This record gives sequence, C-alpha cells and structure tokens, in this order.
Amino acid sequence: MAVDTPAPQTGDRAGGDSALRDQGGALRDGAGQADIHARQIAGLDALELGTRRRTGLAVRVWAGLWPVASAVAIVLAAWQAVVLAGWWPEYVFAGPGTTLAELGRRLGEAEFYQAVAVTMRRAVVGFALAIATGLVVGALVSRIRPLRRAVGSLITGLQTMPSIAWFPLAILLFGLTESAITFVVVLGAAPSVANGLIAGVDYTPPLLLRAGHMLGLRRLSLYRHVILPASLPSFLAGLKQGWAFAWRSLMAGELLVIIANRPSLGEQLHFARELADSAGLLATMIVILVVGIGVDLLFGAADTALRRRWGLHQVTT
Amino acid sequence: MTAPLTASHATPAAGRETAIRLDGVSKMYGQGAAGLLALDGVSLDVAPGEFVCLLGASGCGKSTLLSLVAGLDRPTAGRIDAETGRVAMMFQEPALFPWLTVSANVEMALRARKGGEGSGKPARAERRARAAEFLEIVHLGAFGAKRPHELSGGMRQRVALARALAQDADVLLMDEPFGALDAMTRDLLHDELERIWRERNLSVLFVTHNVREAVRLGDRVVLLSSRPGRVVQDFPVELERPRRTDSAEVAGQAAAITDRLRQEVLRHGR
Ligand SMILES: Nc1ncnc2c1ncn2[C@@H]1O[C@H](COP(=O)(O)OP(=O)(O)OP(=O)(O)O)[C@@H](O)[C@H]1O
Ligand SMILES: [Mg+2]
Repeated sequence: MAVDTPAPQTGDRAGGDSALRDQGGALRDGAGQADIHARQIAGLDALELGTRRRTGLAVRVWAGLWPVASAVAIVLAAWQAVVLAGWWPEYVFAGPGTTLAELGRRLGEAEFYQAVAVTMRRAVVGFALAIATGLVVGALVSRIRPLRRAVGSLITGLQTMPSIAWFPLAILLFGLTESAITFVVVLGAAPSVANGLIAGVDYTPPLLLRAGHMLGLRRLSLYRHVILPASLPSFLAGLKQGWAFAWRSLMAGELLVIIANRPSLGEQLHFARELADSAGLLATMIVILVVGIGVDLLFGAADTALRRRWGLHQVTT
Repeated sequence: MTAPLTASHATPAAGRETAIRLDGVSKMYGQGAAGLLALDGVSLDVAPGEFVCLLGASGCGKSTLLSLVAGLDRPTAGRIDAETGRVAMMFQEPALFPWLTVSANVEMALRARKGGEGSGKPARAERRARAAEFLEIVHLGAFGAKRPHELSGGMRQRVALARALAQDADVLLMDEPFGALDAMTRDLLHDELERIWRERNLSVLFVTHNVREAVRLGDRVVLLSSRPGRVVQDFPVELERPRRTDSAEVAGQAAAITDRLRQEVLRHGR
C-alpha cells in the first residue's frame, strides 16, 4: 500500500498493543499490516470528525434569561397600563406595585409556606399516582391487542374531559377530603401519561425492532432493551402534558374542596375573593403561575438533555 | 497478507451441505392486483464458509431476500433453510440504538447471545472488554464512550459491523454494508472482512450495488433481475485471493458482469 498516511492526530488510539487484543476470537495477522490500517483509518476519522466550539456559561445564561426578562417586563407594563386606564377601581383590580408588595409581605410569613407545602404535597402525591397508573395502563394497552381496541380511544376521551366535571362525583364518593382531590388529579393526568407511553411504543422505529430481534432479543427482553428506551422521548412528552393537567385539576380541586385548618394555594384564592382582597388574589395567582412554569421548565430541561444525548437536537432554531 | 487458506474455503461444495438454502422462494407484498411480487422463485445455495455476493438493480428485492433468510419475514412460497447455526445481520442502515454508547451497542450483541463457549452470558466487565476488542477490529477502539450520533455515517456502519461480528454467528448477512464509506476505508474494511471471514469460517451473503466490490469479495456473484426478482446468472469468481479492487483482473470480471447487468436493466427500459 503506497498511500501516504495522514498524521494520526488523535494520538495512539490504535497503537502498538495489537498483540493484546487477541483473546475474543479476533486474531490479528501481521501486526505491521494492521498498524498501517489502523493509522490510515485513524487519519481518515480525524478528518471526518470536526472540532466543536463551546459557548461560555455567561453567554448561555444571558441568552436564556433575556427573553424571560423582557416578557415579564411587557406583562408588567400592560398590567400597569390597564390599571392606569381606570376601568376598575384599585381595590377591585390591584396594580403590579401593590400586588408585588403584598407578595413580598406573604413571602415573609410562615403561613404562606405552609400553604405552598400542602399544595405541593398534593401535587406530588397525585402526580406520582398518575404516573404509576398511566404506566400500568399504558403498558397493558400497548401490549394487549384486544384491550387496545377497547380502551385506546377511551383514554383519549378521558383526556378531553374537563377535570372540573369530575368533582361533583368525586365529592359524592369521597366527601370533602384529600382523596377527592387526589382522585381528580390522577384522572386528569394519567391519560396523558398512558398516551405518551402508548405512542412511544407504537412509534418505536421498526428498524430498531428488527435489529433487536437479530441480536436475539425477544418478548420481555426486547421490551426492556429496545421498546421502552425507544419510547422514552414520547413518554417524557406525556409526563409534561400530564403535569399541566395535574396542576390544573389540583387548582380546581382546591377551590372546590376546602378542608378546614389546611391552608393551600387554592384556598387562599378562594378566601381572597370572598374578602375582596384583590392584591392577595393576584399575588396567589402569580405563585400558582410560577410553580406551574417552574415544573414545566424542569421537564423541558429533561427533554433537552435527552435529545442532546440521543442526537435528536440537530435542528437549532 | 498471507494467511493460510483453510481447506473449507478452497472447496466450498465439499460434502454438499449448505449453510443457507433457498428453494423456489417467492415474496409478495400486499395482495391481489395491488400486490407487488418482490421475489419470484429464487433458488440459491450458500455452502458453509462460502462468500456469496448478491447483485442487482435498486428495488429488485435484495433486502427482502436477506430479511427472509434472517427470519424477520416469511416467504409467500418456497422454503428457506438456514439452520446451520446463528445468523447475524447488518442492515442497510446502521440501526444502532441511539440511547446506548457505541460500546454498549456492541455489548448488547454479547448480552443477548445464548450458550456459546463457557456456557451462559458473559459478565458485565467481560462484555465491556470483548466489545472493546470488536471495536478495535473496525479501528474504533477509541470511540467506545461516544454515542452513535457523534460519529460519521461511515463510522456508524463500522460499529454495526463490530456489533454483527460480536454475535459470533456462523452466517453473516450484510446489506450494502459499506455503501456509506469512502473508497479508501472501504478497501481497508474489505481486507478486514476477508480476514475475519477466513478466521471464523463464516458463510456470508453480501448485498451490494457495486460490481467491483462483489468481484473483490465473492466466491460467487449472483445476479438478480428486477420486478420480480429472479436469479439471472451465477458467476463464479476464481481469482486468487487476496484481490485488489483496482486490479485489472477484478476490473475485467466486473466488466463482464456489468454488461449482463446492463442488459437486464435495458430489458426493463422497454
Ligand atoms: N414492506 C414492504 N411493503 C411493500 N412493498 C415493499 C416492502 N418492502 C419492500 N417492498 C418493495 O419490494 C421491492 C424490493 O424491495 P427491496 O427493499 O428488497 O429492494 P432492494 O433490492 O434492497 O433495493 P435497494 O438496492 O435500493 O436497497 C421494492 O419494489 C419495494 O418497493
Ligand atoms: Mg435494499
């Protein structure tokens, strides 16, 4: 072979230890020949792989932050403008200044944190139960064909049902209790989780199924090593949507099912309206919005991380 | 490259046993008038240790034939026997699992394989070490920790080759495995593949568009017609190994086969 070998830039990746590699049924003939091969290919690979540049941390933080900051500024300005227009008196529709001051005051009180803790505990318990339910139902429905036909469209139907419509039944069944709230949160979120899993299983690339089959994976092992990992992005999207439904159902529930001596965000909203405490009401709404967005951002980050790992983020916008 | 030739390669017909036997195999996609006859009465034998190249125009049913042999699909008519042992397949696309690292992709082949020497599956650490060896064969030893999408198309094909080899099969089915490679890497991998084929006494059914590649590698080159796919002609290649893709002998035989292929394509043009 009279080919010029490009300098192996990536060091000694295929260097002189070729004699040591010979256990796994992969025997090498003449080490010299193999070395030339290795060096040629290493050279070609070095050509194929470009080097990537990394942007600095400060730049990335700023790039993520400024759209949020400007959006907040725009909302605050519009809000102030509506207040200044004077359609409603200040005690009915408080301005951003009063509201943020009220919010600041509440952030200094223990009662506020108790309310947030109660609400978040309900959210976490309800959402966790919804995930468990969605996983079991989704796995069964995607595996068992007759069940598929019977239950498949029912799940989608449940998804379109407004969760508040469940409350009369829930209250009838469970009374004004935590169980009534949990029941509705689970019903609200589980269909999205199940649907995400089912869609992921359905859209597992056939090529990967065939590859798994050729590797000797069957039934349960095929499910574990190919189908489940392949449906992860879709499942994650289902989780994200499920969270949105869970959070909405929870707020509806806390407005309707008020349990004595157990402060919650929904309950604060309810009493703020009764007391015509406009600033308090808006402050609570901001907290609800921020929590909802915060959790959604977590799912977004998980999704981005997954896409990056799998190389699904090719198109940057 | 002067590895000793084992006897089985010199006389593939010895004993008349076969690694793969297709007998009047037809494959119909769809049904009735809307159906498409992809393969029509294909009969083909591959002897143990034989390297057979399948050649044919695009869409003539080469991939279909391989997936039938692999047992991924059932023929509409005819019989397929590939019971000599385990069958490994390299698809037209790399078909790597994107959620696994390159090394873990190869390890999956080791994890899934049954029996073999030493009874049972190899343990985790051992799997990792063996995967590294197979990656070393395709000169990707330094890339085990990467994910498939971080590699170039040609490198991914090489990982797929390493994974197929790791299955330790007796029969290797390859569907245009080197299509995405530049000429030089392809030459190098031809040498590697030939070496592994000899050492392991593999039976190979190798699909390609490239006539010279077929002549470079095959003991026989089988030409398929298009729509429906039938065996047109079976060319034995009796050139001495090792061969070179750019040698005059290979070019000469390739020209003869290309002529026949051209006739076949022209027949469709009318
Ligand atoms: N699942 C399928 N359903 C219907 N038709 C199919 C299917 N798979 C393949 N075909 C048809 O069968 C014929 C043969 O396809 P096949 O993929 O085997 O061709 P090929 O020889 O591998 O082509 P290429 O060289 O381009 O890869 C084509 O006409 C194709 O349209
Ligand atoms: Mg094909």
